[in-house]
This record gives sequence, C-alpha cells and structure tokens, in this order.
Amino acid sequence: MSHEQILGLVTGVVFGFLLQKGRVLRFDKQVGAMLLRDMTIFKFMLSAILVGMVGILLLSQGGIIKVGHKSMNVGAVLVGGAMFGAGWAIMGFCPGTSIGALGEGRWHALFAVIGMLLGAAIYAELYPFFKSTVLAWKDFGKVGLPETIGLSPWVVVALFWAGVIALFFWFEKKRL
Amino acid sequence: MARRRSEDGGWSPYVAGALAGILAIVSAVVTTQWLGKTNYLGASTTFVRAAGLLEKTFASEHVEANEYFSKEKVRVDWQFMLVIGIFLGALAASASDRSFKLEGIPPTWERRFGASVGKRALAAIVGGSLAMLGARMADGCPSGHGLSGMMQLSLSAFFALAMFFAFGVLVAHLLYGRGSS
Repeated sequence: MSHEQILGLVTGVVFGFLLQKGRVLRFDKQVGAMLLRDMTIFKFMLSAILVGMVGILLLSQGGIIKVGHKSMNVGAVLVGGAMFGAGWAIMGFCPGTSIGALGEGRWHALFAVIGMLLGAAIYAELYPFFKSTVLAWKDFGKVGLPETIGLSPWVVVALFWAGVIALFFWFEKKRL
Repeated sequence: MARRRSEDGGWSPYVAGALAGILAIVSAVVTTQWLGKTNYLGASTTFVRAAGLLEKTFASEHVEANEYFSKEKVRVDWQFMLVIGIFLGALAASASDRSFKLEGIPPTWERRFGASVGKRALAAIVGGSLAMLGARMADGCPSGHGLSGMMQLSLSAFFALAMFFAFGVLVAHLLYGRGSS
C-alpha cells in the first residue's frame, strides 16, 4: 500500500470506531432523527462540526491547510440534495454509515451498499445529460458563507456555536 | 450536557462527535504535510470509484471512455481506504463492547413493514440508488457536505444539508410516521 492508502485506512479506522461508539451507524438512529424522535446523529454531527470549524479556520488562516469548498451549483445542490434526502429516508443510511453498519454486523446494510453502487453507475452514464441540464442552471462557484454575507468568519463561527449550544440544551430538555 | 451513556454502553454522542472533529482537523494537517493536498473526510466519491472498478471487470473500455469515471478517476485512493477503514473501525468498536449484532432487518422497518427481507432489500436498493444519484449530483453526502463542508463554512454545505434534512424528514414521516410508537 502507498502512504496515501495507509493514511486513509488509519483515518477511516478511527472515524469508524468513533461513529460506532457514538451509536450513529444504526438504521433506527438515522430514521429516528428524520422522525424528530432521537437526535443522536445530530448531536454527533454538530459536535464534530463545532470542534472542527474552529481548528480548520485557525489552520487555514495560518496558511497550514487549504480550504476546499464544493461548488454552490444551485441545481446540483437543491435537486441533488432533495434526491439524497428522499433516498436517505428510504434506505436509512448515508454512504459512510452504511459501511460502518456492516462492520457492526447489520448485514442488511449490504442492500443499501448495492443500491448506492448502482446509483453511482447510473450517475456516471447520465452525467452528460445532467451536465447540460441541472448542473448548467446557475453556479456561484466555490465560495464560503462568510464572504457571501459579508461577515468575518469568526462572527459566523460564534453565531453557529451559540445556535448549536442552544439546540443541544433543547434536545436534552426534550429528551430527544 | 455530556450526560448518560447510551442504553447499551456506547459513548455520549457529544464526546464521540467532538473527537471526530479533532480527527478531521488532524487529518487535514497530516494529509497536507504528507500528501501535499488537504483532504477532508468524505465517502460518496468512493462509491463511484468502486462502481467503476466493478464495471471494469466486464466492460473496461466503456469505463475508460466514460466522462464521469475519467473525471473522478477510478482508483483506490485515500478516501477509498478511509471507507474500508470505517468498516474495520466499526467492527473493532462493536467487538470491544459486545454491541456487534448480526441483524437481517432493521427493527423500525420490521415494525412498520414486516419481517420480509426481500421487501427491505428492494427498498434499500431503490433508496440507495436514489440517494447516490443525489449525492453525486450535489457533489457530497453527510460526510463531505455535512461534516467537511460545514467545518469549512462552505456556502454549498448549508444548502445541501438543509435539503438533505428537509426531504429526509418529509419522506421518513410519509414512510414510517404511522405504526411505530
């Protein structure tokens, strides 16, 4: 294995370990969140974002790492996001958690994996069509939220922290 | 707030999530230093590469001629190994606290739609295809947009995550809203 592959593997093992310990890999947790009954996956995800966004911002401002925004392509994000959301509810997993669920013995996740491989193959065939239609509507490019709304990134981070901490207290109060 | 362990001995999701945030930061630094490019956690592109590798076994020329496979490069890269690592990490974690369990049908699904594995398999394949079509169109999933995009304050991540959640909530209520609890 190359260095790149070993590094990816080690990172993935730690990530998978944390996803499993946080109990976010299960169909019931994923669907529970979408039914607004069990917010475990959002507690995990938002905690990761709160910690990660501070480090990423410090390190990118210090020139140690580079940010890599994905394009704000309107059709892609809105239509693709809607399709993903609907499929996520039916399948009960997202791409990363399906593989983790297999690891903790939930072998029915294999069907989700097969479906996603099929979806990827179909997308590759339909790509020229999407490129000339949905993806061609309007693209604002690879931009961040702070420069778009004209605020300092640290103000955005502070507001995000405040909102999410309030949300966490509400989750606990409602025992979600 | 980081109270009570989960009912079956898991960690607080706040703690596990915060540690995943640290992992994302460390990983960004280490990949920049060692690979010369900052890599962020993600998963869905790997499904494209895996589909390409599988298709290559019977239609090699077709894969090579495909624009999308050429763009995403069909190879076992950093993220591909990361996804394999997720499997191994979850296996190790579940073995360490005996939460590993062979399960052929998710409990919530069974309560709503019965114990037929065929029915579940069909839904998972249809749902999985739809989700991956969407993730590739949006250029990311809850890892790539949800975690990595949000951490970088990407504009696209806020919109993608809002759409994931809105349509997830809508379809989940239509599918599972009745019947369970």
